Amino acid sequence: MDRVIDDLIALGKGLSITFKNYLEKPVTKQYPEEKRDIPKRARGRHVLHRYNDGLERCVGCLLCQGTCPAGAIYIEAEENDKENPVSKGERHAKVFDVDLLRCIYCGHCEMACPTNAITLENNTALAGFTRESLLMHKEDLLEPEGSSTLGTTEYWDPKPPEDLSHRVPAQTGEFDGSSTSAAAVGRGDLDLNKAPKKPTRKEGDNA
Amino acid sequence: MEPILALELIVRAVIVSALLQLAFAMMTRWERRAMAQMQWRIGPNRAGPAGIFQPFADGLKLLFKEQLMPDGARPFLYLVAPCISLVVALTSFSVIPTQLGNWPFPVEGRSLFQIADIDVGVLFLLGITSLSVYGIVLGGWASGNKYSLIGSIRASAQMVSYELALGTALLSPLLMVGSLSFREIAQFQSGGAWLVLSQPLAAIIFMISALAETNRAPFDLPEAEQELGAGFHTEYSGMRFSLFFMAEYIAMITVSSVLVTVFFGGPILLPFMSADAFLFSESFFWYAFKILICMFCFIWIRATFPRFRYDQLMNIGWRVLLPLGLMNLAITAVGVVFQMPWWGYTIAICGAVALLYVGGKLSRRQESNH
Ligand code: SF4
Ligand code: SF4
Repeated sequence: MDRVIDDLIALGKGLSITFKNYLEKPVTKQYPEEKRDIPKRARGRHVLHRYNDGLERCVGCLLCQGTCPAGAIYIEAEENDKENPVSKGERHAKVFDVDLLRCIYCGHCEMACPTNAITLENNTALAGFTRESLLMHKEDLLEPEGSSTLGTTEYWDPKPPEDLSHRVPAQTGEFDGSSTSAAAVGRGDLDLNKAPKKPTRKEGDNA
Repeated sequence: MEPILALELIVRAVIVSALLQLAFAMMTRWERRAMAQMQWRIGPNRAGPAGIFQPFADGLKLLFKEQLMPDGARPFLYLVAPCISLVVALTSFSVIPTQLGNWPFPVEGRSLFQIADIDVGVLFLLGITSLSVYGIVLGGWASGNKYSLIGSIRASAQMVSYELALGTALLSPLLMVGSLSFREIAQFQSGGAWLVLSQPLAAIIFMISALAETNRAPFDLPEAEQELGAGFHTEYSGMRFSLFFMAEYIAMITVSSVLVTVFFGGPILLPFMSADAFLFSESFFWYAFKILICMFCFIWIRATFPRFRYDQLMNIGWRVLLPLGLMNLAITAVGVVFQMPWWGYTIAICGAVALLYVGGKLSRRQESNH
């Protein structure tokens, strides 16, 4: 019988906890009206960026397609018309499809891209009534003409150290791929005639 | 009976059942809101301001849903079972006095919502509520589904076990009052101590077994979603399901009415206040207010405790509540013989419980010393 009374007291404690909760404010956000702040680098829908002069950053190198673990990207590259180029490289992407239903939002494509052409942006409200509506084409992904942003690559938290041997290309205007270079794939804001700067290595850095 | 009287009774019965169903609708919304609040959520808030039209939206949805009947079902019983549940729940409310005098709904010396003021109201109510297990058992059995069947078997065992505890808990106050009429029980408490003060143990036992009788969490084993897939009403859809649902909530209202009438002074405002002290000292509104508090407790308990295991359920019923109830009954019987004042019962019962507690602790210590 003593146990029963002890148990009843314990039950009372449980009741007091729920009653305390009852008096507190709900944590629910009323979603469509009220939005939660999401981290700046949250990985949502892809955006294809442009340079300041309106040319597309993507040079159709297929690196993102190759690295994509989900096989979500499909690209058809085309030679640029010399007079009237679409991108700054030799080629540009004629077709650039991303299947949002396949994509796992891992961000590998933005890491692979040598020209920072593709980034995953904060648009996380991805829903559609048909499969087709979630198959993004180049027109859907490309940022509008006249706008030229770097997207999430602008935000670093924590900031990368100043003396990093592998620099952040979007910020330095310098690309450090070990086997390729931004200039080689047509990084537009670099002078093609000037050789890319050698990355500086610190002592004891055995990267 | 004169035809005009019969007509009046029928009209009143229709009003009461309509009001009960409205109360049920509002209860579902309130329960969802209150439970959400206890879990730091908001709950339904889209249909109307603060979601007050939610129950009507739900009702419409259920009305227009397809009414499925499984191939293995026994059609007649399958269809009749939810009706049994609902009819039983509605009928048992008819003997509850919601007010003692004429205020505020005068019908010539009777209260509007008490359709039948019968002398054996408590017996009638116990008899009728124990019929409600038929709705559940037949519904589960006639569905032709083994999980439903398990659910209804659980329900029958549970209801039979807890009916005993419920009965013994009610017997002690009845002994003190010396009447089976709800109206006399309520009048007994007018101007004196409420029976919860003289019979605290009986009140607690009654509350716990009332939870079990209405199949409410944490005693909702017959409809355990996790292991039985909603138990006895798995195969019911649309309005047939909502009849079961309605029966459960109306049974909750009835059971809280009994609790309020027998232990908490019925429609009287405060303990030790006489029913005719002043105009508002006794009214339907106080009664409704007390019911609301009981309903909140039902919701509160549901939001707090997980479901019992089946062996725990049987242990509580047979090895805790029933012996305690019998002890309480014995003490009360002695008290009635010696014509104790109301505080005599309180002291005797609390003393007995304290003795049991100390004795249990001592014997446990002795065991651990050996
Ligand atoms: S985020 Fe990952 S899965 Fe999605 S397209 Fe880029 S590489 Fe493929
Ligand atoms: S990796 Fe970048 S530049 Fe290459 S195809 Fe993909 S988006 Fe275009």
